[in-house]
Amino acid sequence: MTPFNTLSAIAAPMMFDNIDTDAIIPSREMTSTGRTGLAEGLFAPWRYVEGRVPNPDFVLNRPEYAGAQVIAGGANFGCGSSREHAVWALAEYGVLCVIAPGFAPIFAANCIRNGLLPLVLPREAVESVAGREVHIDLAAQTLTCGDETYSFPIEAEARTMLLEGLDAIDLTLKSRPAIAAWLHADRVARPWIYL
Amino acid sequence: MALTLADKIWDAHVTATTPAGSDLVAIDRVFLHERTGASALKSMAAAGRPVVDPRRVFAVMDHIVDTRPGRGDKTLMLGGQAFITETRAAAIAAGITLFDVTDPDQGITHVISPELGIVLPGCTLVAPDSHTCTQGALGALAWGIGSSEAEHAMATGVLRLPRPKTMLVRFDGALSPGVTAKDMALALIAAHGAGGGAGHVVEFSGSAVRALDIEARMTLCNMATEFAAMAAIIAPDEKIFAYLAGRRYAPVAFDAPYWTGLHSDEGARFDRTIVIDAAAIAPMITWGTSPEHAIPIDSVVPSGPARAHDYIDLAPGAAIIGTPIDVAFIGSCTNARLSDLRRAAALVKGRHIASSIQKALVVPGSSAVKRAAEAEGLDKIFEAAGFEWRMSGCSLCFFAGGESFPAGSRSISSTNRNFEGRQGPGIRTHIASPEVVVASAIAGAIADPRLLEPQA
Repeated sequence: MTPFNTLSAIAAPMMFDNIDTDAIIPSREMTSTGRTGLAEGLFAPWRYVEGRVPNPDFVLNRPEYAGAQVIAGGANFGCGSSREHAVWALAEYGVLCVIAPGFAPIFAANCIRNGLLPLVLPREAVESVAGREVHIDLAAQTLTCGDETYSFPIEAEARTMLLEGLDAIDLTLKSRPAIAAWLHADRVARPWIYL
Repeated sequence: MALTLADKIWDAHVTATTPAGSDLVAIDRVFLHERTGASALKSMAAAGRPVVDPRRVFAVMDHIVDTRPGRGDKTLMLGGQAFITETRAAAIAAGITLFDVTDPDQGITHVISPELGIVLPGCTLVAPDSHTCTQGALGALAWGIGSSEAEHAMATGVLRLPRPKTMLVRFDGALSPGVTAKDMALALIAAHGAGGGAGHVVEFSGSAVRALDIEARMTLCNMATEFAAMAAIIAPDEKIFAYLAGRRYAPVAFDAPYWTGLHSDEGARFDRTIVIDAAAIAPMITWGTSPEHAIPIDSVVPSGPARAHDYIDLAPGAAIIGTPIDVAFIGSCTNARLSDLRRAAALVKGRHIASSIQKALVVPGSSAVKRAAEAEGLDKIFEAAGFEWRMSGCSLCFFAGGESFPAGSRSISSTNRNFEGRQGPGIRTHIASPEVVVASAIAGAIADPRLLEPQA
């Protein structure tokens, strides 16, 4: 996975709450069991009008935000279905970071596993940076926009995974002896859970 | 130290703690479905990673299967058949247990897992499906994950996670007649927002929760993901232990010391506590495009986000009762278990849906629910009333490119999501209990089920 260190980009504004994963990638756009070919369907209900013609009013169809690497969204971003396709579609389109006052937990976890940064800031801060150039420094946990610098929180483990571009499964497999020892003891303690 | 139920289960599953402070949490059960299952299994196979314990991994065909009688692998969704055939091939190759399209145990993941005793009190269960939180109703820590996390769980037997925060939601008192678990969930989300539970394991407690039967508890826990909670859980009681006895994958005898200790200790500290007066809850219905846009059915549309009003085509101040509807759907992991169908059938018996309704479907939550309902004659009651009686699956809960109805249609649905386009492009969805769906289908417009007397 590509490490995430710093990023300077314009934050495309999508400042409304509860942007769900059905809107990010509708189920009907998930046409194969693969993880690719999804960028075309990103935000399809809003991005296209009848006949799959680009909707000129949609933010990512405006020249200044086309190909945006950062999206500034409203609260509870990524709510709804657990479909990781939402994150795969964003990543394939080129989005590296979503800034929002809060994320649905499954979406945030999916972001981390795919090298995207779910960046939490207070609503006023998100509103203030939406549509502007932002500079994000993950190691420092800061976002700078104009003269303002905001600190943002992130779980220590998630931060490391993103900074180093780590594969979670490879990392966990290094703990195989500890897991095996636990399983050995658990088979005695909870034999009923094993089939 | 006094511990919460969620913390007890978490502690019992920590195999190791990472330097950054996350835990490697043992996962007892993984459940896949055809919409994301093939993707995860194929990706693992490509990476040369085997499923570490295939006997504890299950898969079912539920999301896009055809629900019309005589179905096979073909789906109404264009290209959907590949999801079924590829999931089948990948499941067989991985050696996991598969409940296939024609299996008598086929059904919606969160309906069949309890039916078969796959989910158990005190276990950890994950599935690449947001409504996995449903299964917390049996006292398990069960939560939805993405495909990568599903691979992680299957390849390592654990997930790497920081310990979640805990929230207690206590429903005191008793529900009024005609008010259901669905209404409890919608009332909670309406009051505290669709993001209100973000990152928390929510424990539901209180006299109104203890009084719920097991299926109603599943309905309540089901909607926790619409509250952005990681998981929902209810302390298991004798009702749960009795329910599980004799089910195929359940142990012969319950684990007395572990299972009976599965409750939050007196004085356990939660990160947040919400108390709700159950008696004050009315039948709820959504007016907008988020589950947080829920209101008592006898009230008026409040002022909300303009885009929600525009999409749903209802202005602030309008009465929700009397809004004409085109489609009625009873189904989904939220409200398609036998008790849901019995309550709906009791209201619909001897009546007929309005002639203006273009489509009315009842889709049982599992093949077992379908058989049980047919044994009681519920299918005949629904059919006599003008509903179609289908085979089990997720059906109209979401639109994958298959069955839908014309843009602009208004749907009354016993499902969990009223998002823009969730049931098809331009479809306006109102979610509510099966009782409200039935009353509205009969009236041809949104109606209060309390005004319908059950017929003899």
